[in-house]
Amino acid sequence: MTLARRYHATLADVAATYLPSRAAAAVVVQDTWLAMLSGLDDYDGQVPFRSWLFGILVHRARSAGDGGRRPVPAAGYTAGPGRFRADGSWVLLPLPWPEDAGERLCGPAAQPAIRAAIDALPPGPRRVVLLRDAAGLPGREVSGVLAISAASQRALLHHGRSRIRQALEQQVREG
Amino acid sequence: MALFGRTVIVCRKAVDLLTDYLEDALPVRGQARLEAHLAGCPHCAEYLRQLQTTIEALGRAEPDAPSPETCGDLIAMYQRWAAHSTR
Repeated sequence: MTLARRYHATLADVAATYLPSRAAAAVVVQDTWLAMLSGLDDYDGQVPFRSWLFGILVHRARSAGDGGRRPVPAAGYTAGPGRFRADGSWVLLPLPWPEDAGERLCGPAAQPAIRAAIDALPPGPRRVVLLRDAAGLPGREVSGVLAISAASQRALLHHGRSRIRQALEQQVREG
Repeated sequence: MALFGRTVIVCRKAVDLLTDYLEDALPVRGQARLEAHLAGCPHCAEYLRQLQTTIEALGRAEPDAPSPETCGDLIAMYQRWAAHSTR
């Protein structure tokens, strides 16, 4: 159960980015655990175990869902809509966050807001943020698991991080 | 805006490059240009700090533990698999 405690929730979250419901994602995750058990003898260790496991999941979720082949978002979303003038300078300056913002955002009270910010992302940025920032896979492993280029991975990651930063602004100020 | 050599990096471009910067994916000259911009632009530097705080918070977020029902399902699945694979 150690593996399940460590990876089950993230597997379900990533599967949900491909599928229309959490129930459908749960079926794919169960299927992934079974495939992992059946394939353990063939696991050669050439990629880290977590990447192998997430790779099984993504393959199965793609097959069960819409394929996850949505286009990478254009580089239009950065700090949020309307924050820059046409010449590229700031219109809405990023107001400094309080000194204790990091401490607050890492505490239990901020967890629902972080969860909601992740859930509000489009599927592409969401799955990259889940794998890179939440699960802590290196960027090259995320690219491998999702079978996307390193540049696409970083574009999706930037999109996701930027939107989450914006969503957390209110949490930081109201604390 | 910041001038570096003959190239201007505007704030919008600097913000666009921040994840590439944090992921060590910028070429050496691009990194130098961005760092020069950040040194002269407190707003983009503040945005970078906020992005780093966001990333740290995402890394500290604990995924939900599987519910007792899910654990039961997984154990049952494992037992079925083990029984089947030892036949």
